[in-house]
Amino acid sequence: MQNTIFARNPSVLIFLSLLGLFTLLVTLGAEASGTGIISTSFVKTLGKTLCLCLAALAMDLVWGYCGILSLGHFAFFGLGGYMIGMWLMYERTRDIVAGALADAPIPPTTQEITDAIGTQIFGVVGSNEFPLIWSFADSLILQLAMVVLVPGALALVFGWLAFRSRVTGVYLSILTQAMTLALALYLFQNDSGLRGNNGLSGLQNIPGLDAVPQSVLSVWFFWASALALALGYLLAVFITQGKFGSVIRGIRDDEARVRFLGYPVEVYKLVIFAVTACIAGIAGALYYPQAGIINPAEVAPIASIYLAVWVAIGGRGRLYGAVIGAAFVSLVSSWFTGGQAPDVPLGFYTLKWVDWWLVLLGLSFVLVTLFAPKGLGGLVDLWSNRKSPNRHGADLGPSAGALREQEASE
Amino acid sequence: MNTLLEVSGVSISFDGFKAINNLTFAIGAAEMRAIIGPNGAGKTTFMDIVTGKTKPDEGRVIWGEKGQSLLGLSEARIAREGIGRKFQKPTVFEDQSVQDNLLMALKNKRGPFSVLFYRPSAADLERVEELATTIGLNEQLARKSGELSHGQKQWLEIGMLLAQEPRLLLVDEPAAGMTPQEREHTTAILVEAAKTRAVVVVEHDMEFVRRLDCRVTVLHEGSVLAEGSLDHVTKNPDVIDVYLGR
Ligand SMILES: Nc1ncnc2c1ncn2[C@@H]1O[C@H](COP(=O)(O)OP(=O)(O)OP(=O)(O)O)[C@@H](O)[C@H]1O
Ligand SMILES: [Mg+2]
Repeated sequence: MQNTIFARNPSVLIFLSLLGLFTLLVTLGAEASGTGIISTSFVKTLGKTLCLCLAALAMDLVWGYCGILSLGHFAFFGLGGYMIGMWLMYERTRDIVAGALADAPIPPTTQEITDAIGTQIFGVVGSNEFPLIWSFADSLILQLAMVVLVPGALALVFGWLAFRSRVTGVYLSILTQAMTLALALYLFQNDSGLRGNNGLSGLQNIPGLDAVPQSVLSVWFFWASALALALGYLLAVFITQGKFGSVIRGIRDDEARVRFLGYPVEVYKLVIFAVTACIAGIAGALYYPQAGIINPAEVAPIASIYLAVWVAIGGRGRLYGAVIGAAFVSLVSSWFTGGQAPDVPLGFYTLKWVDWWLVLLGLSFVLVTLFAPKGLGGLVDLWSNRKSPNRHGADLGPSAGALREQEASE
Repeated sequence: MNTLLEVSGVSISFDGFKAINNLTFAIGAAEMRAIIGPNGAGKTTFMDIVTGKTKPDEGRVIWGEKGQSLLGLSEARIAREGIGRKFQKPTVFEDQSVQDNLLMALKNKRGPFSVLFYRPSAADLERVEELATTIGLNEQLARKSGELSHGQKQWLEIGMLLAQEPRLLLVDEPAAGMTPQEREHTTAILVEAAKTRAVVVVEHDMEFVRRLDCRVTVLHEGSVLAEGSLDHVTKNPDVIDVYLGR
């Protein structure tokens, strides 16, 4: 089976080799290996980038292959982060509290410890009670399960309501934006149970691994992110090749026709929407321990729009395109916004990239959409001789998400 | 005659305009029927109603031996019940190969999990070859269907229809854009199919209908104007008036 995947898609092997090589190089260059060519914080940036690539892969599945322009997948990403963040913060605080109370003359009761953890965690929002949603925060296994289950369940409920009423195209995109906005607003509240706008912090400290320095931890997380991306890529290939791939691409280009073939279109959309939400959740759960902090601003509606922009710039409808787009744009973005890019003095005005980067990104997005719809992934076609068909400007189907002439290949 | 599909007293109006007006229609299990009528007579809308795309304002659509009502079933469900449809404008999945198009249509389980783990069996591939030969596309199996000519797309769609193994085929203007030889071939495919199942063909071209050699239903302003052999209906003064005489 593995053989057929590689035989039918040589690009999979190339992708995995490049990812492996990249992982090796980063590992060798990391401070943990003694060379120190790459700083620990940059290893973290690269690890986070791999997680963003995984989220973009999910976005490509749902939009590039199934034609659902979801502008809410970063909400699932954030939820994954919150789920693992709860365990990290709880366990870490418990270690600290237990350490502090151990010196007390009378040994503390379990209740006292729990109360102390509650005060530590929820003090900032003027509370010391554990909200109901923290019931499982002491169990790594359960919180890990929730990394997948919570985004998956939200996607199922949302998708069921939306797809059942045949909401498609722009209206669906707006609905997904509304969903992210609602989630962000909820999280911003102090009594949301997730510390309001303070979010969850100190996530880079892994309980039980105090002795392991961040330089080593960062490499471990980098490996985990690379592994997750590789597995996610294989899963995406498995989903998109074969008949299932045919059906979802059919839904993208002409969903009415797929219905008349007898396929339950809504069920397929729901499956893809929920599976990609789970993938995004996993990506988020790996991302935030490397970022160290998660707060509601992370799931702001704009974040999900960025995700779509990355996929568009990388080239939708091809898996490596999404990865290239996410890696390229997010790295360039952190270079510009990190203040590393030199300011451009224009005499009358100094162009500060921190402020102007978004304008540049927006402009590139418009230009790519108009003049290079295949995105960065299209560069691969120059080398592999893949051409676009001449359809005199006609899309490949009547549905809103249908592939455009220039995005297709002959 | 045992009836496969029975449509009775069906009406639908769009913004006050009655596209289908108290239409009654029935077809047997192995029968060929041609529907003719001027533009806007409601032929396509009739197919929309039977396939569940449009819900009629009133009337009944009864299907099969058990007399099941098709109203309220989803399009996908109706398709799985055994009604296949070819659209007026050829609609195939243009970004996919002829083989993928046919495999997708092939009668098999439609649920996401069976489809995810589906691998085409030797029998399936053989059936695809066979269908492709029938529709004259066996040389084109690996080509993307978007590259096919208009007539070839029409055939591919007919092939997909046959692959579904439906009990009723609704075929909307199958010969549009075909050369005379292609038309003849299309007639042969449809006549062959009608030996074992019900086939409803909407067509403007009288020569084509004559070659089908079957009962003809004339639609006008959303209801049946005449029904019978082609010679019979073409002699009907009403029909001459609204359709043939123009
Ligand atoms: N969804 C709709 N909304 C409004 N009007 C419609 C709709 N569908 C069909 N109609 C109208 O109903 C009438 C019948 O249309 P229909 O497409 O069924 O005709 P037809 O017999 O297939 O014609 P043709 O030979 O041109 O294909 C037309 O006047 C059309 O404008
Ligand atoms: Mg019509």
